[in-house]
Amino acid sequence: MQKIFLTITLVFSLAAIRAQETVLPAKEQKGSYYLTNATIHVGNGQVISKGTIKVTNGKIEAVGNNISIPIEAAVTDLQGQDLYPGLILPNSSLGLVEISAVRATQDVREIGELNPSVRSIVAYNSDSKVINTLRSNGILLANVVPQGNFVAGSSSVVQLDAWNWEDAAYSTDAGMHVYMPSLLPRPSMGGRGGGFGGFGGGPAAGDPVKEGLEKIEGLKTFFREARVYHQIASPAKTNLKFEAVRALLEKKQRLYVHANTVRQILVALDFVKEFDVDMVIVGGSESYQVADLLRQHRVSVILQQPHSLPTATDDDVDQPYKTAAQLQKAGVLFAISDDDSQTRGRNLAFNAGTAAAYGLGKEEALAAITLNAARIMGVADKTGSIEVGKDANLVVSNGDLLDMRSSNVTAAYIQGRKIDLTDKHKLLNDRFEQKYELKGKKGF
Amino acid sequence: MGSIRIFCTLLILLSTRLLLAQATFPENGVADPRSGYYALLHATLVKEAGTILTDATLVIKDGRIVAVGTGLPAPAGAVPLDCKGKFIYPSFIDLYADYGIPSAAAATRGGGGFDFLRPSQLESTQKGPYGWNQALRSDVQAHTQFAADDAKAKALRELGFGAVLSHVRDGIARGTGVAVTLANEKENLIIIKEKASAHYSFNKGSSQQSYPSSMMGSIALLRQTFLDAQWYKTQPAEEGLNLTLKSWNENQSLPQIFEAGDKWNVLRADRIGDEFGVQYIIKAGQTEYQRIADMKATKASFILPLNFPAAQDVEDPAEARFVALNDMKHWELAPTGPAAFEKAGIPFCLTTADLSNVSAFTRNLQKAREYGLSDAAALEALTRTPARMLGIDDKVGSLEVGKLANFLVTNGPLFNEKTLLLQNWIQGIKYTIKEDAAAANGSYQLIVNTASGKETYQLEMKSTSSATVYAKDTLLSKFSFDGKQVKISFAPAPVRQRPAMSDSTRRSGGPGGPARFMGAMEQPLPASATRLSGISNGTEWNGVGTDSLGNPLTWTATLVKLSTAPAMDSAKKKEMPSLGNVIYPFVAFGWDQGNQPKLETILIRNATVWTNESEGVLKETDVLLKGGKIAAVGKNLADPTARVIDGTGKHVTPGIIDEHSHIAAASINEGGQSVTSEVRIADNLNPDDINIYRQLSGGVTTSHILHGSANTIGGQTQLIKLRWGAGDEELKFMGWPGQIKFALGENVKRSSSPLGNNRYPDTRMGVEQILVDAFTRAKDYQRAWATYETDRKAFETAKNKKGLTAPLAPRRDLELDALVEILEKKRFITCHSYVQSEINSAMEVANRMGYTVNTFTHILEGYKVADKMKEHGSFASTFSDWWAYKMEVEDAIPYNAAIMQKVGLTVAINSDDAEMARRLNQEAAKIVKYGGVTEEQALKMVTLNPAIMLHVDDKVGSLRVGKDADVVLWSDHPLSIYAKSLYTIVDGTVYFDRVHDEQLQQQIEVERLRLVRKMNGEKRAGAPTIPAQPSYQLMHTCHDHGHSHGLLVIDNDETIQK
Repeated sequence: MQKIFLTITLVFSLAAIRAQETVLPAKEQKGSYYLTNATIHVGNGQVISKGTIKVTNGKIEAVGNNISIPIEAAVTDLQGQDLYPGLILPNSSLGLVEISAVRATQDVREIGELNPSVRSIVAYNSDSKVINTLRSNGILLANVVPQGNFVAGSSSVVQLDAWNWEDAAYSTDAGMHVYMPSLLPRPSMGGRGGGFGGFGGGPAAGDPVKEGLEKIEGLKTFFREARVYHQIASPAKTNLKFEAVRALLEKKQRLYVHANTVRQILVALDFVKEFDVDMVIVGGSESYQVADLLRQHRVSVILQQPHSLPTATDDDVDQPYKTAAQLQKAGVLFAISDDDSQTRGRNLAFNAGTAAAYGLGKEEALAAITLNAARIMGVADKTGSIEVGKDANLVVSNGDLLDMRSSNVTAAYIQGRKIDLTDKHKLLNDRFEQKYELKGKKGF
Repeated sequence: MGSIRIFCTLLILLSTRLLLAQATFPENGVADPRSGYYALLHATLVKEAGTILTDATLVIKDGRIVAVGTGLPAPAGAVPLDCKGKFIYPSFIDLYADYGIPSAAAATRGGGGFDFLRPSQLESTQKGPYGWNQALRSDVQAHTQFAADDAKAKALRELGFGAVLSHVRDGIARGTGVAVTLANEKENLIIIKEKASAHYSFNKGSSQQSYPSSMMGSIALLRQTFLDAQWYKTQPAEEGLNLTLKSWNENQSLPQIFEAGDKWNVLRADRIGDEFGVQYIIKAGQTEYQRIADMKATKASFILPLNFPAAQDVEDPAEARFVALNDMKHWELAPTGPAAFEKAGIPFCLTTADLSNVSAFTRNLQKAREYGLSDAAALEALTRTPARMLGIDDKVGSLEVGKLANFLVTNGPLFNEKTLLLQNWIQGIKYTIKEDAAAANGSYQLIVNTASGKETYQLEMKSTSSATVYAKDTLLSKFSFDGKQVKISFAPAPVRQRPAMSDSTRRSGGPGGPARFMGAMEQPLPASATRLSGISNGTEWNGVGTDSLGNPLTWTATLVKLSTAPAMDSAKKKEMPSLGNVIYPFVAFGWDQGNQPKLETILIRNATVWTNESEGVLKETDVLLKGGKIAAVGKNLADPTARVIDGTGKHVTPGIIDEHSHIAAASINEGGQSVTSEVRIADNLNPDDINIYRQLSGGVTTSHILHGSANTIGGQTQLIKLRWGAGDEELKFMGWPGQIKFALGENVKRSSSPLGNNRYPDTRMGVEQILVDAFTRAKDYQRAWATYETDRKAFETAKNKKGLTAPLAPRRDLELDALVEILEKKRFITCHSYVQSEINSAMEVANRMGYTVNTFTHILEGYKVADKMKEHGSFASTFSDWWAYKMEVEDAIPYNAAIMQKVGLTVAINSDDAEMARRLNQEAAKIVKYGGVTEEQALKMVTLNPAIMLHVDDKVGSLRVGKDADVVLWSDHPLSIYAKSLYTIVDGTVYFDRVHDEQLQQQIEVERLRLVRKMNGEKRAGAPTIPAQPSYQLMHTCHDHGHSHGLLVIDNDETIQK
């Protein structure tokens, strides 16, 4: 019975002839159902084989091996498939950028250097064609992050099955984003040497370290003034920028500092020391060099892109793949993101898989895109693991989700709602499989 | 007022009086003819390196040498000059100066390449009957622009130079150079040779014309110009007068000097010369020592700049972190450059070029000596070699009768660190460089005439800046003597304890010198010191001064006894510093010389073997590699000579082949025109790219280096094997029929340019027209050559040639040659493409014109037109899952590869990205996930299938006996994310070995630490340092999408945006 149900679902989602416009957000889940016979990857490191979970009114009501199932209950036998918490993309321009080379489709970077009042959530396009392609790879939540030259604004976590941004909002304005000045001298281009393929011009004018530090001092001054402003009951003149950092300075919002180098990270520690904020380093390609200090200061890290080249020619060729394991070993709370502008985030699980290939445990790698990501974003009370009381954000894969060789997402649930895994790509595939009469063909 | 002005004018006249008379110039006043007849006697005279005369006489007259020999008496009429204890050498020659030439207008931007974001300048802005390209300036003649400039001449004279070659350092062809002396005389008289040389470079300089916008474009332009100039000799009517080509031809008889700038450019320059029978003299850069054997093989003579990198301040680990090993090694090894040339027996001369301040020349020459350059070679490189290179050795370069009287007078052996260059004579005119003031060292009796009578002191002059003055006791004193002016001040030493040394009394020795500490003699003098100032009149000094009370006084010092000068030890040199090794390539993970990987016989035992042949995947199977080929695949293989690798639990696959890569090249995009089929990636490979090694670590063995997508018909591509450490030629995949890059769509119509586009095409309609036009021209060209060949044969075989004229060959056009090769199926297209309309149009044009689009690369909408592609006979090379980064990939889907494969196309998965290239096995795995091809089919998409579309499947792509031993041993299933390459083997040579890689990492750490400490040591010893320079890398891309290259990489596109 359950098997037939599963098969029908699969066939339906692939064979349906319609545009993505008719892929509807699922209705609110009411009542209870059971998913049985699953290898449950809880997200906290634990694995339950042949496990069952009970979902009631969108929440996980029970997880384990010994759950009694009423005879008339709605049950889906997962036939030994792997069940994962919904993956979380921790740093993304999803819904803010449709096509990066087309300016008209970009809503991610506002003008100016001090934009704390800018909010990503209000521009989030829940009908972006990219969203459904992420769901197909198990990504069910994303942190939608504004970009900028310095203080870019606040991010919100969204769930990826919604009619509009209000419905999508999962945790609104939970993070304030600062993009650190590079603090690294850039070479000047040109010079007369060979003419091509070289810098030759010596160091560029100006001192980027000094300029960067001055900029950061300016931000600290802003925070100090904001703090005083916040103590005034009714200020004569409203300052929206000061207002915008109230939650941050009251520790109700996290500070995401986009930084890669050791120097950038060390300078950012000032924010923790002076303003006692909860800080997250985003990027963190060099974070492994200061892992102990990060743990000591309770700073967490979002590794933006493990699938990256090493920073320096002298580095271990696999350094970006190994950074996650080094943070894990040092006890730093970290998440893994996929910031790739070509694949648009859908390889999140494979970035984690690579970290698993280079020293991270597989369940630790999973935590980096589920529970630990949720912790960093402050939504671990609602999602990130398959634990009682949390939203039923679930992914079913017929094979190891972290390895592209075996990843095969067959079903997904957001807040208990079984979502439609059709996406633009599957529809176009379907269209042309029909054109060439390829159904069921395995190739030559 | 009036008299003052006249006085000033007189002064100027006196100081710039011309010593050489010129007959046609009228004299303003009374003539003062002189012949400058001098005899320098009793000198140690070095006629040329290796020929030393003692007690020599040098007689000069009218600016020339009239006699030279041992013990000759001064002829009557010659002014005798006693040079006892002095040394005489030929003056130096610098072949790469821009002395007397107005500096070229600086290019507003350089270094980048094709600019996607700006409109083009398609035509030359030079007015007049010149050639089409503004960077070709063969018509420029330096001697017509030359204007003597004594301020600059003086700086060079002070270094010992007497003659230089100047040219206009601007453009790819730079016209002729002029050889001049550095005498402060009229231009008419100091030009040694008006057209002494012809000059070239790869740098288009001030030209703003878009073409060429790449290294390979510069090379192609040179190549085509050689051909055009040949053709121009036939006086083709359709060309009219072309002064550029005319001068190009005229300049060919001169010494040809090419400014290369680094080791690979040296080889590039030499090759283009070889192609047309020209041996360039090469102006080098700093890195040639890194490939000295290759430099030797060019058979070129070199002009070496003495420009060495400064030590960086790497005391802050956070800054040292970003300074790459190769930059630190280069800092350490660059001064070995001249010695390396000497040791290799390569002729070279030395130049002040590239020094931001020429005064560093002497210091750097000392450094080169310290690092092994012999004095004889240094002298040769500064005198006879440059004279011979230029063919002016009948005038300069040695001290022989009849040559110009260009010579140096020193007080010791020339290169000895303490030796002073006293005079630099040029064309018989003496230029005093330094007085040998120290020759006055000795004891003097100092008599001070004060109002109260004579006071007598003893003065012991120790050096030009130090002397001790005594009365009864030693006095505190300060002293300076410049050979003419003397300054002495002294006061009684205070009777108190000397204060402890404080920081403020410490002063650094300034750049180059070690920190010095003030001694007792240098303690500040009290205000009441006696101060004397005077003039040396030889053995007696006379002057005035003030005593301790401020009363005026006069004084006289008389020489009592000269000190005996300490013998100069010419043989004593600083000890050769201990140095690291040159590595191949010169970047981290390069091999030490002698430690390069070698061809081995290798037996991999008991592995799962993915053959890509009909045998499929074989379990528990052995693979034997021998002689660089696959020798056997089977069970229980044995070879006693083999290195055995246990493959139990592991997988063997053919090496990965990347159909679309942009690594290992100096430039990628020549976008200066819409059709640039004449440019060749092969001309500008870069074996130093770290990404070669990184990709080996991901199992890649062969990469197809493509031209970018800046234009519809791009350049010729190059297939390489990842032979890490090899030279640029050795990287090439031998026996490969060439390919060429085409491109369609947004990039070629320059959709990303915010300032608009003025280069045709601007639409996909125009792209089609570019293709139609190019191939129409190619076919006409093909026919014209066929007709010519027929006529030529007819002419040659005709018995009676009366009334017949030999047919004229059409102009060779390298752009059309490449297109004809396509029509003749000798060259294959790989075409950047995205949307179905452009793909179908490209095939339709090809069908009409009679060629095939061999490969569509990117081809993200290939799934929409796979049936048509199959019919046309195209291959498809695509990405697994990229999309939505630009408008034309809006409909890209990850099922693309699988659909095309199922329709019957041969499909490859490529990287187009230096990062993803090392995970291509995983990208192939995604085609199983998206579209359900079999695992074997998926693996073929990154091995056999690209080999097929590159027409090398007879050599690589599968594990068939006899094919190249390009093999990867994986730790796990090769399509799994958990698989790592343990060994990547190319031609039976292990280029990547994961265990060895770990050792290399440790070695890199050790070497970095050594160099950081060494730099820090130099800094502490007072050597000048510059702030740490992060070692950025320039990465070439085809400007199509973003990349994850890390924070020290500047994508080529990005440099242009800045």
